[in-house]
Parts: sequence; structure tokens; C-alpha cells
Amino acid sequence: MSDVETMARGTMGAAVADPFWGKLTWDIFPFYDPLLLVTFIGTCVVAATVVGLISYFRLWGYLWNEWFTSIDHKKIGIMYMVLGIVMLLRGFSDALLMRSHQALASAGFVGYLPPYHYDQIFTAHGVIMIFFVAMPLITGFMNYIMPLQIGARDVAFPFLNNFSFWLTVSGAILIMLSLFVGEFAATGWLAYPPLSGLSFSPGVGMDYYLWALNIAGIGTTLSGINLIVTLVKMRAPGMSWMKMPIFCWTTLCTNVLIVATFPVLTATLALLTADRYLGTNFFTADMGGNPMMYVNLIWIWGHPEVYILTLPIFGIFSEVVPTFSKKRLFGYTSMVYATCVIMILSYLVWLHHFFTMGAGADVNSFFGITTMIISIPTGAKLFNWLFTMYKGRIRFEVPMLWVIGFMLTFVIGGMTGVLLAVPPADYVLHNSLFLVAHFHNVIIGGVVFGIFAGINYWWPKAFGFKLDDRWGRISFWSWFLGFYFAFMPLYVLGLMGVTRRLSQFEDTIYAGYFFTAMIGSLLIALGIAAFIIQIAVSIRNREALKDTTGDPWGGRTLEWSTSSPPPYYNFAFTPRVYALDAWDHMKRHGFKPRSDGYAPIHMPHNTATGVVLSALATVMGFALVWHIWWLATGSFLACLAYGIAHTFNYNRDYHIPVHEVQEIEAQRHRELAALESPEAAGAQP
Amino acid sequence: MSSTTLAPENKLPEAVYEYEIVEDHEHHEAHDSGSMLGFWLYLMSDCLIFGILFAVHAVVGQKYAAGPAPADLFELDLILVATFMLLFSSITFGFAVLRMFANDLRGMTIWLVVTGLFGLGFLGLEIKEFSHLVHIGAGPSSSAFLSSFFVLVGTHGLHVTAGTIWLCVLIAQLHMKGLTAANQRRVLCLSLFWHFLDLIWIGVFSFVYLAGVLL
Repeated sequence: MSDVETMARGTMGAAVADPFWGKLTWDIFPFYDPLLLVTFIGTCVVAATVVGLISYFRLWGYLWNEWFTSIDHKKIGIMYMVLGIVMLLRGFSDALLMRSHQALASAGFVGYLPPYHYDQIFTAHGVIMIFFVAMPLITGFMNYIMPLQIGARDVAFPFLNNFSFWLTVSGAILIMLSLFVGEFAATGWLAYPPLSGLSFSPGVGMDYYLWALNIAGIGTTLSGINLIVTLVKMRAPGMSWMKMPIFCWTTLCTNVLIVATFPVLTATLALLTADRYLGTNFFTADMGGNPMMYVNLIWIWGHPEVYILTLPIFGIFSEVVPTFSKKRLFGYTSMVYATCVIMILSYLVWLHHFFTMGAGADVNSFFGITTMIISIPTGAKLFNWLFTMYKGRIRFEVPMLWVIGFMLTFVIGGMTGVLLAVPPADYVLHNSLFLVAHFHNVIIGGVVFGIFAGINYWWPKAFGFKLDDRWGRISFWSWFLGFYFAFMPLYVLGLMGVTRRLSQFEDTIYAGYFFTAMIGSLLIALGIAAFIIQIAVSIRNREALKDTTGDPWGGRTLEWSTSSPPPYYNFAFTPRVYALDAWDHMKRHGFKPRSDGYAPIHMPHNTATGVVLSALATVMGFALVWHIWWLATGSFLACLAYGIAHTFNYNRDYHIPVHEVQEIEAQRHRELAALESPEAAGAQP
Repeated sequence: MSSTTLAPENKLPEAVYEYEIVEDHEHHEAHDSGSMLGFWLYLMSDCLIFGILFAVHAVVGQKYAAGPAPADLFELDLILVATFMLLFSSITFGFAVLRMFANDLRGMTIWLVVTGLFGLGFLGLEIKEFSHLVHIGAGPSSSAFLSSFFVLVGTHGLHVTAGTIWLCVLIAQLHMKGLTAANQRRVLCLSLFWHFLDLIWIGVFSFVYLAGVLL
């Protein structure tokens, strides 16, 4: 064993668990690696600075009362977005490490990442990007926008919403801990057994993986149930299903998929957990276990997951395109049906992820054909957006740039997807960089571009001022070009036969392509930096970018009918809906908001229960990872007791008094009056 | 189909559209039906977990790894007793709900306690069976079949345990707060949960025990 390997194995912890400390020992800290040591020091400095600043400005009370314990869907939505962006930085630094390492390794150097560390990095990159970047970001959008679009004051179960968020945070904390305490899984993001079983991954990395995903997965399932009930039960009077904005439809379909698939993930990971902790033989290679059963089960979750991420993004595009084309969406009905068809078909394609299992020509043909069929409703959607733009008065604002970037990029990704759907071609391309290029093409070109379109589009709603245009454009072009530089070479490399997850190369003919890909990743880094600068610049110039109309883009749906940011009760009066694009209908019929007749508004209290339960769940997860059984049992029982105690609290809501509503609404009326006649408002305050 | 909805929108007089609803106080009671729907959705997601466990059992349920098979292990008469305990507990829970609708807290409590005792009896028999199997060396790590058996039956058992704890908490809450709307909703949710577990058990009894021994 080489030195590096010995040291890497050291971070797995003690072979035999101590009754008090479990597997914790002094050599679990992976600081033999200078890279991790520097990262650790950097993280500590950043964390200390953040904590210091918050303490200096005395913001802890504010954060606790106004944010952490808040059950306002808008604040929870924003917290989801913050979590997603913070984790994006982590997941992307993994990507930079891989790209630069591979560029070096393919040019005849050894590179700077030992294989065992490299394996952990690509695993962490995949897990973080899917579960802790893409999922929080889309959940954030669904949380923030959907209730406003249906004219509701909150989600159906506001406390559950807060709890779901903190469970997701709990999973994220466990993954981040694994960076500095022990190790992470070195198995690839879906952790196929038998590699992920106890005999081949004896360390704590896989256990971090399992507990992080199980805890976060429960949060996601609960959030899915919550949002479905919200959509079914809380739409404004008059908003029939076919008058619902497309974003709400895609939210509905996504959450149906969440509720229908995340239990599969939970069950599958629980079985793998049982294999590792209880010695069962579900996925072992002997004693009757069946590793391919895991692969089937995980992809029965995994493929719908792709659409869980993509559908809400399609919803965002369906909101952005009509607004910036000054036209109603072309083919609303076909859009709804296309969404539903994708929702159903996404369940019937999972096997295309492992045609090479050898299920036979019949099975492979079935799944190949269903996969190709999905491109039909997706294509219908693209044509709908194009026809919406056709003869529209298009404004090329930043959100629209992202949409067009998406259309160009996603079509390429879709076509390579159809190539991969052909089983004989897949036998060649399977597990190659061609596949890696394909799914990054659809996830970056689809999901990430959509997220940025959405952030630029709805930011003024959430904060009352627009985002800076110039930095937004720089961010877009860096991402857009960076994507092509980073991933087009990978298509070529895949066709040349380079398999994924390699950290060493014998031949230097790949060097040029890997180097180009690294340039691409640096461009994307520029795009991320520009995005952060965009936010900073916009906050600094917020007075100049301010929007008091509540409707800066000329929107069509109900979220634009409120002030920006909306009051915590969203709507002083529940809106009544008469047509699709309700706000557009209101504007065309000369809607004037009422300024009297307010009634007390029924709202839920904030609660700390979600934070406390999730903190206990994090402790439990950590204790289970390190086999500290007393702590695991203790924190589980504490969780149970606290949860039960919470059910004894019947006093969960209150009424906002009329005068408070009146004050907030009067302010809004003054702002609107000032917009109509600035002089009059100035003269008679 | 009123003519208002069919006529071209711009021809209508603007007064037709009342965009803002001035509320009275009863509006927010609508949330209650949301809880029931939410709980149903939760049950369906739980049902999927069991669905996966059943599917896994279908795949590995006959992988004995040269170890014991169902016919060597299961004592069907004991299982039949446990099954009837659970089935009766569903009936008694039904009686409790009927007493709730009759606004009879005392009668309701009695039936809930009976339900809980049946649940405990069921769990006792299950623990007895499990410890017997482990004792004779047929534990969850002996073969894929036994892994699947222990996890499927055990997951159901954990659900019954959770249901029993919930039942105790609920009895306490009923006596503290009475038959309020919130408590009635909770009773109906637990009732759904309890019947659901019964249904799952019928699947376990048929596919794991009966089919395992007889087929």
C-alpha cells in the first residue's frame, strides 16, 4: 500500500467501534492532503467571518425570528435558494478540481488528486449538484412562486414546509461535514452495490451518503405532499385547473413525481443501509442478494428525478417567454398535456440507464422506444415557446437571454439523448464521457439556465428591485460559452472511447480536449462570479433599480398583482379569477385595488420545531455514521419526544388585526398613486 | 355555461368583474379537508415503500442460499392468531370512530384502548416469532430471503409500533382537549393509518406467509 492509500484509509475511522466514541479517532481528519487542509482553513476563515459579521451587527435574533423559524412560504423559498447557491459553490469547486486534474493527467502529468480522493470528488459533485443544488433551487421557486400564482396566502401545511427545508439543510450539513471529518463515498453518485456494500466500501463515506440522502429525501417527500395539497385545495376562487398558470401545472406534475418516486429512493437506500448496518443480503453478490435489483430500483427513482428537476424549469420558461414576447402562451392546452405526458412517461424509461445489464433485445427495445417517445412532448413544448415568440414584441432582457440560450443548448442535449436511447449505440457509448456530456448538456442547458432565467425574472418580485442588467449579461455569456467549451470536447472524447470517472491516462492524445474543457470550466467560474457580482451590484444600486409597481416586466399572472416584495399575508383580499393569465385580465379590465373593507387575516405562528427536530436529526445522522449508538438512540428519542410535544400545542395561528393590514395596504396605495401622478403625491403627502 | 363566460371579454361591461373577495370569518376552515388529502397522499407514499419491499420480496423471496425455506420456519397458526388480532383491532377502531361521531368520549376511549391492546398483542407475537427465528439461527443475514422477510415484516411492525404510540398520545390529547375539530381530524387520520396497516398485513399474510409455505 502506498503512503497516500494508507492515509486515505486512515480517515475511515476505527475498525472496531468504541462504546463511547464509536469509530471516531484522531486520524479521521483528512489533512494529510494539503488541498483539503487549505480548503479547511479557508472554510474556517469564511465561516468565522460570517459568524463574526452576524454577531457584530447583532443579526442572530433577526435571523432566528424572521427567517429560521419562519413558516412564510416566501421566506422558506428564499432560504431554499440561498442553500442551493451556497451548495452550488461547493459542487462547482469539485468540478473545477476534476477539470484541472484531468487536464494535467491527460497531458502526461500525474495530476494532484490521488485516485481515492478523486473518486470522492466526483461522487460528491454528483450528489451535491442533484440533491443539494438543483433540488433546493427548484423547490425554492415552487415554494415562492406557486402560492402567489394561485392567489393563496401560504402553503397548505406551513410548519411542514419549514420542517422540510431544515431536513434538506440537515442532509447538506452531513455532506459538508464529510469533507473534513472522515471521508465521503467513493462510489459514483448513485452508489451501485456491491461496490457500495460493506465489503468493498468499509469506510464511513458511504454512511455519510446514506444518512444525508435519507434525511434530505424525507424532507423532499413531505414538501411534495404539501405543495400538491396546496395546489388542489387552495387555488383562488374561479381558478379552474385549465386557468392555472403553466408554472403551477409543472409544479403539480413535479410534486406528483416527487411523492411517487422519493419513497422508492427512501426504501432503496434503506435496504442498502440495512445491508451495511444489519448485515442483510439484499444487494450483496452472495447469499442470494441481487446487486442489479438496486440498480433497477434506484433508477425507478432516478429517471423521474430528471423530470422532477426539468418540469418546473419548463414552467419558468413558459412564464418568461409570454411576458417578454407580450403575447399569451401559444398552445396552453398542449403545454398542459405535454407536461402530464412527460410525467407519466418518465416512469417508463428507467432501464435505458443500463441497457448493458443484458435484459435482452425485447426489454431494451421497449425502453429505447419509450425513451425516444419522451422527445415528442418535449419537442411540442419547444415549438410552443417558439410560436409564442413568433410575431411577438420580444424584449431581450436577461431572463429572455437565458431562455434562448436554453433553447439552443437543450435541443443539442435532447438529440444526443435520442442517440443514447438506441440500445446498440448505447452499448458503445455507455459509461463514456459522451454520456457525461449529454446529461450535463440537458442539466446545465436546461435546469441551470432555467434557474438563472427564473432568478432574474422573479428577483424584483422577491426584493423590490431589479437585478443589474450588465452583469447579468456577462454572467449569461460566460455560462453559455463556458458550457460549450467545457462539454463539447467531452462528446468528442466520449466518441474516442474515454470512459467516465478516470483520474489517470496513459495516452496524451486527449490533452487538447481536456485542456479546452478546463478553459470552459474557468469560463463558467467567471459566469458564477459575475452572478454574485450582479447581486452585489444590484443591492448597492437598489434605489436606482427600485420597482414600486410590483409588476416591472408587464407580467400576466397573479404574483405580479401584489407589491414587491409581497406583504407576508400575500393578498389583502383573496383574488377572484376569471381567465387564464388572471393578472393580465385584471389589467385589461381596469382593475383598481380596494382601499377599504379589510378583514382580519388568519395566519400561522412561527415555530422553532422544524429547526430543533432537524438539528436532532443531524446529530442522529452523524452518530449513525460513526456508530456512536448511545448518541444515535438519544437523539432519536429526543426527536420523537420533541415531535410529540409539538402536537400538544394547539395554539398555532392568529389573526392579523385589520389596522395592521390597513397600514400595509395604505403604503401600497400611496406608492401606486405616486406612480400615476408623481407631482400630486409629492404635493399632498 | 352562463353567457358571461362565452362572450368576448372586451365587450363586457367592466362592472361584471369583482376581482377581490371581501371575506367573512368562516373562510379558513377550508384547511381541514387539506389535512385529510395530505394524509392520504402520505399513506400512498408509504404504500409505495411497502410496494418496493413486496417487489424486492418477489425477486429474492426464494433465494434461500442453502438455508431454511418458509415451510421450515413459519408457524401458520401463530400467524393466523396475529392476523386476527390486527383485523379485530381495525373493527374496534371503527367502533371508536362511531362513538366519536356520537360524541361519546368515554365509549370512544374504551374502544381505542381495546384497539391498542390488540395492537400490542400483535406486536408481542411478532417479537416472539422474530426472536425464535434469530434463536434457531435464521436471522436476517442468513439469506436474501430472510433479509427480505425480516425487513418487510419488521417495517410493518415498526408502523404498528408508531401507530400504537400515536394512539396513546391521542387518548391523552382527547382527554385534555375533548372532541374538538382538531382532535377529530387526528382520530380520523390515525384511523386511516390503522386500516392501511391492516391492508398491508393482508398482503404480507397472503404473499409472504401463505404463498411462502403453500406454494
